[in-house]
Amino acid sequence: MTNHSSYNFTYDLNITHAPDAGGHFEANGTLFGGCFAAETLMQPLQEIEHAFIEAWADPEFHTERLDLLKNYAGRATPLYHAKHLTDEVGGAQIYLKREDLNHTGAHKINNTIGQALLARRMGKKKVIAETGAGQHGVATATVAAMFNMQCDIYMGREDIRRQAPNVFRMKLLGANVVPVDSGTATLKDAVNEALRVWVANCEDTYYIFGTAAGPHPFPLMVRQFHTVIGQEARAQCLEQAGKLPDVAVACVGGGSNAIGLLQPLQDDDIRLVAVEAAGHGLESGEHAAALAQGKPGIIHGSLSYLLEDKEGQVQGTHSISAGLDYPGVGPELAAMMEAGRLELDSATDDDALQAFQVLTKAEGIIPALESSHALAAGMRIAANIQPNQIVLINLSGRGDKDLNTVMDKLGFEDDTQGGAS
Amino acid sequence: MSCIPEVFKRCKAENRAALIGYLTAGDPDINTSKDLLLTLAKQVDILEIGMPFSDPMADGPVIQAASERALASGTHISDVFKLAQTVREANPDIGIVLMGYANTPFVLGFDNFSKQAVAAGVDAVLLVDIPPEEGDICDATFKQYGLDRILLLSPTSTDERIKLANKHASGFIYYVSLNGITGANIGEMASIRQKVDNIRTHTDLPICVGFGVKTPQQASEVAAFSDGVVVGSHFVGQIPTYAKKYKTMQSAINHAAQAMKTAIQA
Ligand SMILES: Cc1ncc(COP(=O)(O)O)c(C=O)c1O
Repeated sequence: MTNHSSYNFTYDLNITHAPDAGGHFEANGTLFGGCFAAETLMQPLQEIEHAFIEAWADPEFHTERLDLLKNYAGRATPLYHAKHLTDEVGGAQIYLKREDLNHTGAHKINNTIGQALLARRMGKKKVIAETGAGQHGVATATVAAMFNMQCDIYMGREDIRRQAPNVFRMKLLGANVVPVDSGTATLKDAVNEALRVWVANCEDTYYIFGTAAGPHPFPLMVRQFHTVIGQEARAQCLEQAGKLPDVAVACVGGGSNAIGLLQPLQDDDIRLVAVEAAGHGLESGEHAAALAQGKPGIIHGSLSYLLEDKEGQVQGTHSISAGLDYPGVGPELAAMMEAGRLELDSATDDDALQAFQVLTKAEGIIPALESSHALAAGMRIAANIQPNQIVLINLSGRGDKDLNTVMDKLGFEDDTQGGAS
Repeated sequence: MSCIPEVFKRCKAENRAALIGYLTAGDPDINTSKDLLLTLAKQVDILEIGMPFSDPMADGPVIQAASERALASGTHISDVFKLAQTVREANPDIGIVLMGYANTPFVLGFDNFSKQAVAAGVDAVLLVDIPPEEGDICDATFKQYGLDRILLLSPTSTDERIKLANKHASGFIYYVSLNGITGANIGEMASIRQKVDNIRTHTDLPICVGFGVKTPQQASEVAAFSDGVVVGSHFVGQIPTYAKKYKTMQSAINHAAQAMKTAIQA
């Protein structure tokens, strides 16, 4: 009898691959990231940076954070060897990192717990956040409810329409959901609006940024809060399979679940794959593939890849998944790509819908449409390599919030009514 | 060479603050914008020309809408330079500042941008989202082309940040009167004055105050303790008010500017 191991996990709290003091991630002489923020926000951002550095060095902070991650959010999340999916695909062994099993149904809570603790340390009574799919909004509203903080969530009118269940969840949690009508009324505009509101209220308000992008220190901080994903997955894979994965795959909106999974695997001999939303196809121009199709640009406080025209005007994006419908991408992923450490892949709306159904039927797991992009690419990769190899896919969230969208796309005939009576 | 130091010398000789007016280039369309800019240029000491941007995250609804109108009517950066040049040809002595967001010159290339700006007769550049900390990306190039780099300071700027800004800025310091976006209501006058006085202990550059100046009364109060008063949303706001009535729009901006000018000279 061997001992049964439960993952009472020991996390590595060293900060590796840190950006420079100004928050720049360097690759081949190019600097990504930084702090391209309005003067009014510089002092508040620097205060957050100092508070973060101080908190990160404080064992008490981690005791509370890791306790909440474990007993409130449900970490460590399982690593699941998806044998049925593996059989169906016919290739490498597919392992799923089950971030969908976190409280609130996505990886986003890793970050909101960390930042809410920081906000409380800084004495802020009010938090604001942007949201696209609503997952970050829900995760923020959730911790705000728990910490008894006032909470305003900025959300594009278009996203409010496509993610109605999450809007209702946020309201139930006591958050105020503020519709954003400017620009394209999606995630980027919600960020613009949240930044505007923060500028005016930075004295008493903390902005819980939802992804590993934005001005320094957010890309670093959000990454640190999410590296639990990759650290656990690495150890779990070693334990279950006796070796490391050959390929690690994650979808990319702003890049938080991707950097959380991939950053702790960076120094291993593992292919790291970032999957962007190809929408109606990369050639259609209607997609959100900033790394693959964008150019360097400065938006929302940081220099990274950006979908923009030749004069730097930010372009409209399209994805079936609201959480990936963003024209920018976090600077660290951009630097990893520039350095040749990141492989790019993409999945169209149709690929994602297909993968959504395949996983649901094969494993009884309904994935978020965002995560379905990672699945689509991960299955494709697995099909092309050997059965003794391992593809690790980050299942960043569950699909409950997407049922309306999928129902619209696939059609739904209610055959439980009428008929034999 | 920037004529901004001369502008402030002149104002000082006349014992008054400078009037700085803002309009977005191409708002509501390129031709009308030309007339509006030429009109405003006659009343001000320094003209700020906004470069329309898709994501103006430091601007309130009035200037956001201006950017949207300008982009919708097909304004390109080449038009911005042409408009600046037209203003310059008619007004050899005023200061001309291009104002906008980092991504515009970044994508064009700071060298290319500066070259075209100088050729159009521009004196200075104000980029809301390039704080002194990120100056490496543009400072040397602007300096090489003789373009002043206007930096913002705000109520959240500490003494340390004020000193840092002073090191990187030239032309003038733009003090944002409130924690907020353009078009908000002006902050409390006594605390603005206190902050301006404090900034003055750290810099020899002229200090101008903007964000929220909407009435001649406010302009006159600000003029009493600053070197310049910036008026933006109040002028831009005339454009949707008189939508399509171009002549009325033009005279409304003219009157609004005249009232501000009179107020700060009093
Ligand atoms: C389940 C899920 N996965 C992925 C994302 C994309 O964000 P990121 O790239 O920051 O992980 C989102 C965003 O809302 C999400 O809800």
